[in-house]
Amino acid sequence: MSTPDLEARSLVKRFGAYTAVDTLSFSVARGSFFSILGPSGCGKTTLLRMIAGFIAPDEGDILIGGNSMADVAPNRRPVNMVFQQLALFPMMSVGENVAFGLARRGVARAERVKKSAEMLERVGLGGAGHKAVDELSGGQRQRVAIARSLVLEPTLLLLDEPLGALDLKLREHMKIELKQLQAAFGTTFVYITHDQSEALVLSDHVGVMNKGRFEQLGTPQELYYSPATPFVAGFVGSNNKIAGRAKSVQGGIVELESAEGWSIHAQAHGAIAAGAAVEAFVRPEVASLGRTSSELPAGHPQYAATVESLLFDGANSAVLVREQKSRFEFRIALPQTGRFADLKVGEALQFGFDPARAVCFPVAGSPSA
Amino acid sequence: MLEAGTRRWQARLMLGLFLMPAVLWLVSLIILPHLDLAILSFRERVAPREYRASLEQYRTFFAEPLYWHIFVRTALMSAIATLLTLLIAFPIAWTIAKLLRGRASSLLFVVCLIPFWVSETVRTLGWMILLRESGVLPSLLVKLGITDVPIELLYRDSTILVGLVYTSLLFMVVPLVGSLESLDNALIEAAYDLGASGWSVLRKIVIPHAAPGITAGCIVVFMMTLGNYLTPTLLGGKNSQWFTEQIYTQFITRFNWEQGAAFGFLLLLLSTSMVWVGLRLTGQRFGEVMRRS
Amino acid sequence: MRRLLATILSLAVLASGGARADDAKRLRIISWADYVPAELIALFKKETGIQVEVTLSNNEEMISKLRATGGAGFDLAQPSQDRILAAQREFGIYKPIDLTKVKLDQFVPTLLETVRKNTTLDGKAYGLPYLWGTDGIVINTKKAKAADYLDLCKPELKGKTAVRLKRPTMMAFAFALGKDPFALYGDVKAYSALMDEVGKTMIACKANLKFFYDNKDQLLNGIRSGEVTAAMMWDTGGWVLNRENPDIQYVAPKSGALGWLDTFALPAKGRNDAGAYAWINFTMRPEIAAKITHVVGSFTASKGADQLADAKLKAQFAASLPDAALKNIKWYPAIPPGLEEIEGRVLDRVKAAN
Repeated sequence: MSTPDLEARSLVKRFGAYTAVDTLSFSVARGSFFSILGPSGCGKTTLLRMIAGFIAPDEGDILIGGNSMADVAPNRRPVNMVFQQLALFPMMSVGENVAFGLARRGVARAERVKKSAEMLERVGLGGAGHKAVDELSGGQRQRVAIARSLVLEPTLLLLDEPLGALDLKLREHMKIELKQLQAAFGTTFVYITHDQSEALVLSDHVGVMNKGRFEQLGTPQELYYSPATPFVAGFVGSNNKIAGRAKSVQGGIVELESAEGWSIHAQAHGAIAAGAAVEAFVRPEVASLGRTSSELPAGHPQYAATVESLLFDGANSAVLVREQKSRFEFRIALPQTGRFADLKVGEALQFGFDPARAVCFPVAGSPSA
Repeated sequence: MLEAGTRRWQARLMLGLFLMPAVLWLVSLIILPHLDLAILSFRERVAPREYRASLEQYRTFFAEPLYWHIFVRTALMSAIATLLTLLIAFPIAWTIAKLLRGRASSLLFVVCLIPFWVSETVRTLGWMILLRESGVLPSLLVKLGITDVPIELLYRDSTILVGLVYTSLLFMVVPLVGSLESLDNALIEAAYDLGASGWSVLRKIVIPHAAPGITAGCIVVFMMTLGNYLTPTLLGGKNSQWFTEQIYTQFITRFNWEQGAAFGFLLLLLSTSMVWVGLRLTGQRFGEVMRRS
Repeated sequence: MRRLLATILSLAVLASGGARADDAKRLRIISWADYVPAELIALFKKETGIQVEVTLSNNEEMISKLRATGGAGFDLAQPSQDRILAAQREFGIYKPIDLTKVKLDQFVPTLLETVRKNTTLDGKAYGLPYLWGTDGIVINTKKAKAADYLDLCKPELKGKTAVRLKRPTMMAFAFALGKDPFALYGDVKAYSALMDEVGKTMIACKANLKFFYDNKDQLLNGIRSGEVTAAMMWDTGGWVLNRENPDIQYVAPKSGALGWLDTFALPAKGRNDAGAYAWINFTMRPEIAAKITHVVGSFTASKGADQLADAKLKAQFAASLPDAALKNIKWYPAIPPGLEEIEGRVLDRVKAAN
């Protein structure tokens, strides 16, 4: 086992009474793409700035490439950062931006020019070295910002929501490009974002951060299919959330009854006693849809519903239905077969899902035993 | 057609009326007096109330080493004062723009402004009370055992510089704060992150960004210093040798308006060319600098 | 175009001056510090209803201001008698005095005659005597010794003396060098050579000077604080200091005190000549003139007023200017044009020397 490129040991950072980062420990393997995903204010930016060295932790230590970074200034850390607004130097040309770090290391001028040209070539901006920064498009600037850091061959590249400022189309495009760049260079990336789709698409591992702690750390698949906490289940991917009380618990399957009187079954996560307050999450693509009950897979509970509205979005199309008895609103992904292309609002339907693929958590703070 | 023409004419008239005060002020108080002075400088007295066109006044300036010695000295001292002002104002501006927030920042600004609540005369006389041989500072130096007898701190070149820098500080701080405030902190962090030391951040990022502010501040301070009369004259005493004093002397005590006018134009020429050289050296344009400051 | 600057300046004066209708009710005097005591302004107002406004100045400034406006802005000026003719020839800033409107019998005849001689141009009188006094040396006898102007340059007084960077200092130094500059007034070449010599002497003396003073308070404070122990100074300043500290004395130098005589003159574009004549006649009454002497310390041209001066001043005068010294006073003759330019260049050189 090689040493991880980044290791955080019981990191704590407080601002007054507010704890931004709360006893956080994790490690990032060499060459991997690691994302920190969380809502704004969860402490992810503070964490990133501690890794970069702009903020000193109150407790704990950060190791990069196995070396402690305590008392190492940002300009001496083997870490480079791509800033949210990119922070390209407007007073310099593209080439000078890329060569900036090399010059600070005392690399000779000819060598600098050669290296920065090569780097620009690798990010697909060959020959753009003489251009001014504001002559570039948003995507090109992005690449310059990354090139400027990678030319220094850092152990770790930190990226602070670099796609946030781009429009949707470009963002989708840059996601793929980032992933390819990371694969091509093999540098360890630590990426922070509040956009779960960016995190899922790009990362080898994702830490879902909330209130200064990691709720869950795992592969995108683990987060998606086996969320460890209600927060993760709610934050990663879209989900139907049903809150209620556990009527009974049998063989790990909870029978939940919502306040409106809808009864469903879901896989228990954590200790749940009968009568406890619980919440269950069912992914839209887990539920199946039929015009008659015979169209649904057998052996799962079925519910009658009417179509509330149609959410057409090509491959991501979904339908919002209302469960007949409880009037509960439930989102179901439409299959790609086009079987339901002629669905109408108000039409009666049947739907059901496998309880084993629905998750149920005890509500924090309620009596669970 | 006719109506449109009338309306255009009316609009033009309105614009004309609107600009009238500025134009009047410019023409009657700046351009005309300068023209008058220019004509004065190119004539020579031959007998009482009898003058003729001549270059004599300018010839005198170059023939008498005394005058251009004072001229060069004034230019050099002004340049030194400008540089010193920049060096002192920069950390102050940096503190106001980047280190302090809200109240503290405006408070420091006000502290810089305080010297300007009193007139230059009072300020300068204050310095004199402080620095004269029987003044506060020399007696303090004796009390502290630094000097045996009170020493005269007035009438030295360094005293003139202190007074000039003090008077100019605000005019350097204001444009500097403006240009430093517009500097994105992320650029500084990015440079630092890419391995730059504090010095190279200053040299490569901060100074290039603040260049228009620095240039504007230097131009204003240099012109003010060059044209200052009171501070060098009072603080410099018998050794002040400031060119404006020479102009005053020619006009007022020598009744030699012709010579005074010529000296005035030489000073104008000097400040204009120094500003031009300054802009050239820093590769900036005047309009740009004045707008951005 | 030639007079444009003058026009603009006079416009500014006009703007600040207000309406013409009030002209007869106010009298604008440009004069020296203390020459127009507040007590007299109040008395004069009570008597005539005319409000006196005073602008403080000195010889050079008076001429320059009047020149800039072509003689407007003031109704009465008080230049020294030797500075009137050249300025009048050159710039035409004064108007002739109508002697029929002046009570000439109030004046000391000898002073009247001196001024008449020095200020008459083309048969017209341009000046009347007002105040006279002398320039000499003031010394703090406990700390310094000096009997003549050049003693101010002795090494033991280094950094402790002061003079003005003006023509009286040059005249004084010339006399102290044993020359008579006034005798050379007519010979530009010889005068120029003498001034060069004086300039060299002053440059050699410059290190001895604490400062060149250009207002009376600067010098008075310098002497009071002990920063200056000997200086070239006018008599009344010395007497003021003498009253505060008996160690400080005004003495007539061996080479002779310089006698100055300040005057009344009418600016060419004054608007209240009647007021000006009233003021002249008013101030030359012996009892009024005595009040002036009491404030300024100098004696006036008013006949009989010196008898009314206080005893202390009379004693000081007698001690500083005994008969021999009184006879040795060098009175300034009118300066011919061109000399001041020569002096100016020399003064510039002194200023620039290190």
